[in-house]
Amino acid sequence: MTEVSQRPEAVPDNVVGGTPPPRPRRRLGPVPAIVVVVVLAAAPLFLAPFATTTLTRLLVFGLLAVSLDLLVGITGLPSLGHAAYFGAGAYAAGWVSIHLTPAIPVPLLVGAAVGGLAAAATGWVAVRSAGVYFLMLTLAIGEVLAQLAQSWDGVTGGANGLSGIPAARLGSEPLLGVGYLYWYVLAVGVVAFALVWLLARSPFGATLRGIRDNESRMRAIGYSTTLYKYGAFIAAGTIAGVAGSLLAAQQRLVTPGDLGFTTAALVLLAVVVGGAGSLWGPVVGAAVVVLVRDALGPGLGGHGELLLGIVFVLVVYLLPRGAAGLTSLRPFRRRRS
Amino acid sequence: MSALTCRGLSRSFGALRAVDDVDLTVAPGARHALIGPNGAGKSTLFRLLTGRMRADAGTVGLGEHDVTSLSEVRRCRLGMSQTLQHSSLFASLTAAETVALAARRHDGTRIVPWPRRQPRVGTRSAELLGLVGLADRAGDTVPSLSHGERKQLEVALALACSPSVLLLDEPAAGMSPAESARLLAVLADLPSEVTVLFVEHDLDLVFDLADRVTVLHLGRVLLSGTPDEVRASDAVREAYLGTSRREELFTS
Amino acid sequence: MTGWVAANLISVLNGLAIGALLFVLAVGLSLVFGMMDVLNLAHGALFVVGAYLAAALAGGGPSWGGFLGALGVAAVIGLLAGGLLSAMTEPLRTRSHLDQALLTLGVALIVAEVLQIVFGDDPLAVPAPPGLDGSTSVFGAAYPTYRLVLIGVGAVLAVGVHVLVERTTLGALIRATVADREMVAAIGVDNRRVKIAVFAAGSLLATVAGVLGGPVYGASVGLDSTVLILALVVVVIGGLGSVKGALVGALVIGQIESLGRALLPDLASFVLFGALALVLIVRPRGLFGSRSGAAA
Repeated sequence: MTEVSQRPEAVPDNVVGGTPPPRPRRRLGPVPAIVVVVVLAAAPLFLAPFATTTLTRLLVFGLLAVSLDLLVGITGLPSLGHAAYFGAGAYAAGWVSIHLTPAIPVPLLVGAAVGGLAAAATGWVAVRSAGVYFLMLTLAIGEVLAQLAQSWDGVTGGANGLSGIPAARLGSEPLLGVGYLYWYVLAVGVVAFALVWLLARSPFGATLRGIRDNESRMRAIGYSTTLYKYGAFIAAGTIAGVAGSLLAAQQRLVTPGDLGFTTAALVLLAVVVGGAGSLWGPVVGAAVVVLVRDALGPGLGGHGELLLGIVFVLVVYLLPRGAAGLTSLRPFRRRRS
Repeated sequence: MSALTCRGLSRSFGALRAVDDVDLTVAPGARHALIGPNGAGKSTLFRLLTGRMRADAGTVGLGEHDVTSLSEVRRCRLGMSQTLQHSSLFASLTAAETVALAARRHDGTRIVPWPRRQPRVGTRSAELLGLVGLADRAGDTVPSLSHGERKQLEVALALACSPSVLLLDEPAAGMSPAESARLLAVLADLPSEVTVLFVEHDLDLVFDLADRVTVLHLGRVLLSGTPDEVRASDAVREAYLGTSRREELFTS
Repeated sequence: MTGWVAANLISVLNGLAIGALLFVLAVGLSLVFGMMDVLNLAHGALFVVGAYLAAALAGGGPSWGGFLGALGVAAVIGLLAGGLLSAMTEPLRTRSHLDQALLTLGVALIVAEVLQIVFGDDPLAVPAPPGLDGSTSVFGAAYPTYRLVLIGVGAVLAVGVHVLVERTTLGALIRATVADREMVAAIGVDNRRVKIAVFAAGSLLATVAGVLGGPVYGASVGLDSTVLILALVVVVIGGLGSVKGALVGALVIGQIESLGRALLPDLASFVLFGALALVLIVRPRGLFGSRSGAAA
């Protein structure tokens, strides 16, 4: 989990880059990742329920940030509408849980499918643009979907949100304890993170990084870049939909705010704070965002967003590569110029 | 059958006819140079041929295909490859990763969304880097390469597309004499199935490499012929130098 | 046809009023982006600053003093805020345009939160000035007088901006900077001063639009993003950096917003986005965009 454009350490040769290792790197292998997962898995055993709930929220938001990093950091497409697919997945998972069954993995798969479909339906226009234009278009798309959530009362519950979502069920057993819910979210989050991580290291991921660096050159060597961007957009939407279904399971309530501009801005903030392109950085960024908003926010009269805005401004000035950029002193980070 | 043709190719920018009714035939296996004074329309013609820019009129043929309406991507898939005048690479990738991108695309395998071993891609990339003299820079990122090395990497990247027709836009511009000589050797050693069309200012390189030369002037073809015919042409001399002496042009 | 117009006259007029307001708002956004490639995501927040100013100074009851005072204060604050934003983005000039956009996004978050802290969560109403708070008969239909005036004010401002940009030396400089920044710098004009001037003027128009829009939209939490998105749609449709584009885009979006909501209340958002998608498919640079800006 170190650096996107590198091959996994465990695989010797001729995988993604298809070339000898670029330079000697510290051979940490999968050890840090395993340590992190073990610590996270053990956390509820030592934490108070409230802290476990916060950690659950953090994981949900972290997965959303990872899915956005696939667009922002890997493909170079800064989206301000990514919360829309998160929300679409959340509403779909909530609706299915209420009207059909809350049995795992049904809400999860429905959330993923609806997130992906929503991205497929709206992404084709967005991926034809780039840079700041992409930012504007995704902002507009996100807002349209948020308004849809507001106005489609019959399905979404309108401005009050979709409430009364039953607890997710594993077999016949509802996941009522905060610990079980946490482990469910963690398990799905780890699998989804691994999928994104593998995607980033695949030939497809290498193509996306090429597009990020120089789209026009990618066209000149024979890649239909729009198609690849569209693929990345749908993949990111699908993972955001998965995160959405976890949100529905955790909050048991989905509101239009969950897919609005503020959520979209916060998740982009998480990616930027954590360091775009590193995949693990945005999880750290998400932790910062959730902790500032939910843990420090009440002490600031509910105005954690003010602090976040200030953090955001400072990060843009002081840490252009986000928290992940702090590791650039280590040998396995590669400086980009 | 010619490797690359264009008929009546034209492109205007406002009142300026940058490329004006140009016919060009590049024979298979040719080392065909495109020269002309500044503003002759070489770069515009180059872009029209690669599909980066759309022509106002005329057709472009690649082998037996009419590629006039095809995008740059499709032309590349049909065997047309290019290097750009101003090197345009990938800032975060290493030299090896850069070449692998193109090698993988033209390897015949699918670009899959999961990690996979691709020994052929790796071998091919290493081979091409060796060919252009970058074997020991494979693991270095593009920004750490010198200008000349980037131009060499451009050539390796273009060759990784397995081209039948290779278009080079001023490949030697900014290269040191040694790098330039190396490039000449690489191009001279290319298999004869690969057709080369190149735009170049360095006339030494042109006459060392080319077996056919087309001279553009003011957007039109002034002359197309063997290097000797071009050397002997008064019209070419005038286009380049007004009415100055021929010797100054070709013996500097 | 006349029957349809009569039946939808109110909507058409509303669309014109919204369009007038949107133009004032969007033209600043468009010029700042067109000239400097800075996407100012704080533009919506500036609008809301104007709206809350109107609520604070003229919210007590209809009064010309309060309303004009709000306009004056908003203009000054807009100028200062634009200068400040310009100065803040200056250190990022060598970095990607995205970093500059993100910076303004952070500023937008801060401004929105500060406004919420100062004015609370509840929406505030802004009464129209005395004499304009009644309604006027237009072809037999009663229509709020203030909105008619708003259409007129918008038209005057549109003409004013158009004349400024298309007919004056300063405007020529602005257009030249939009077209080719390096060239303008090369002939010895200090880019930064042009940028500060345009940023300040654009921000002034945004805060003024907020005051003018007060009697229509009021002042509320979340209005900033709604307004920002409308303005972005306008400039994307019209083409970034084009005054004419902003005008046409604003009028089109005004009608879509108003007629769309009246005729297809459930689908208005989709009509809006559909129009945007259609324009981008047919003209990726917008209706009046010329520069190859997609690489930005």
